Amino acid sequence: MAGLSLKRAAVTAGRRSLGDREGLLAPLFLLPAVIYIFALVAVPFVLAIGFSFSDVTAGDPSFDWVGLDNYRAIFDDPVFWRSLRNTFVLTGVSMVLVVVLAKALALILVADFRGKWLVRLLVLLPWTTPISLAAVAWLWMLDSIFSPIDWVLRSLGLIESNTFWLGKPDLAMASVIAVQTWRIVPLAAVIIMAGLISLPKEVDDAARVDGAGFWRKLWEITIPLMLPVIAVAALFGAILTFTDMTVVYVLTRGGPNNATQVLSSWAYFKGIEGGSLAQGAAVALFLFPLLLAAAIAILRLVRRMRVS
Amino acid sequence: MTAIDVADSRQVERARVQAARKGTLGRVALYVMAFGAAFLAAGPFLWGIITMFKADPDLYTKANNPFIFNQAPTLKHVDFLFTGTPFTTFLWNTVWVGLLVVAITLVVSLPAAYSLARLDMPWAGPLGIAIFFVYLVPPTLLFISLSRVVVELGLQDSTWSLVLVYPTITIPVSVWLLIGFLSSIPRDIEEQAMVDGYSRVGAFVRTVIPLAFPGIVAVVVFAFTLTAHEFIYALTFVSPSAHKTISIGVPTELIRGDVFFWQSLQAAGVIVAISIAFVFNLFLGRFVSGFTQGAVKG
Repeated sequence: MAGLSLKRAAVTAGRRSLGDREGLLAPLFLLPAVIYIFALVAVPFVLAIGFSFSDVTAGDPSFDWVGLDNYRAIFDDPVFWRSLRNTFVLTGVSMVLVVVLAKALALILVADFRGKWLVRLLVLLPWTTPISLAAVAWLWMLDSIFSPIDWVLRSLGLIESNTFWLGKPDLAMASVIAVQTWRIVPLAAVIIMAGLISLPKEVDDAARVDGAGFWRKLWEITIPLMLPVIAVAALFGAILTFTDMTVVYVLTRGGPNNATQVLSSWAYFKGIEGGSLAQGAAVALFLFPLLLAAAIAILRLVRRMRVS
Repeated sequence: MTAIDVADSRQVERARVQAARKGTLGRVALYVMAFGAAFLAAGPFLWGIITMFKADPDLYTKANNPFIFNQAPTLKHVDFLFTGTPFTTFLWNTVWVGLLVVAITLVVSLPAAYSLARLDMPWAGPLGIAIFFVYLVPPTLLFISLSRVVVELGLQDSTWSLVLVYPTITIPVSVWLLIGFLSSIPRDIEEQAMVDGYSRVGAFVRTVIPLAFPGIVAVVVFAFTLTAHEFIYALTFVSPSAHKTISIGVPTELIRGDVFFWQSLQAAGVIVAISIAFVFNLFLGRFVSGFTQGAVKG
């Protein structure tokens, strides 16, 4: 490095312009990104915290300090607790399903077979399609009268009348969980696939030569080595699940009777449709501790992967 | 030495024979699972493809087998989507917002990524981590306060509000990806350019950017896809239909109260889904390598 900069200094001696002063250049190159993020992520975040202690509404944006009033109001609302519980149920259940299904899908995607490009294209559809359009497709799949799933079940004689997937509280929640899982699995599978590809081939060969069977190899080598990658995929999926309001908004609007309301959708209905920006902001802020915990966990796992 | 080699190769040979015997069954299972997964993933869209060509009386007869055409298929509803609804306006809005956002993203992210990947700074590590955290901050956390910011700037109900705000989603992930692509370019090349008399900036523009071009294209596709996906900012900031993008226009304008234009809705979903998936697939390998390289360098 020292030799190089010496050489460079010799070449450009006398005409050192701004373009060569790295001490200055490095921060200068970063500045636009930092300003953009600061102005439109950091400032709104602080603003959101401020809103949650104020009486700001869409109609009256003047800022008056009201202390913890908003938090008291949302804690008194059973819908908030319902949303919080639903957020945890949705995230927890869909994560378990995502890990199992994504691991299986990743194993399929690394294998070689005919028509792989078509399978890959179709399998990635749930992830590459805008969520709202995918949710509209599901809305039609789960239609109360014309659901093709109901038609098949009726034809097989398994049900007498239609199921009303989105009309009954438990079924509606199950539908939301299913759609979120469907949407996240491809992404998680791609992350796991990247991990599978980067596994050192020698370890696998050595194990096979030592006579380890498929299951022993899976349990004693593949899974322990893959655990951090699987965890990262699961956490990414978790973040995308509990911060999303689109699926709930399109499928159920939080209904029936707030049975599928989650924190993000409740924040939207309170803050934007209800006009109480202050209470909406307070509800949305409850996403932050969850987010922070997931982010720190991902970071630790990535670090561990880099060390090993 | 040779004895061990022979024993080894024999064991390997035995494993190969065993694998071949299991092979046929394994192949069948693999095909069943692969196409089963494809069917589950694409199911709603396959159903959409059937739906979009159905005549009303066929679609809305509960007893009809929904998977076949009981009446002749029709293009009426696809035609209605393009001529009777603002769908083309939504498409156009999505495209120009996406292109502008991608341009802003590249102008801001390329230097930032270069700075973090190459110009040795003492705080490059923590900054990379900070950018990663920003990437994880979801729109659902910020949309309420940003809605006030947008009003204060006079951009409410305008697609320009999205041009302003979307780079906050695309910049962090683009910087992250670009760090990976830029790190994979050998340092020698730009150092040679500098020996040849280019400044640091000159070397960056003339050697690094052309070499990173495949990675930059991947970032363009990824960032564009993110803007096309975005829902909550668009829903919160924009309400006139002439300013809406695909992701909010289709579910809000093609569903009017109790009236659902189902065939046209499905046509919109299928057309958008297949085109994005097709382009995305061409670049999947690069996204994966970009993310993993970014993580290694981080």
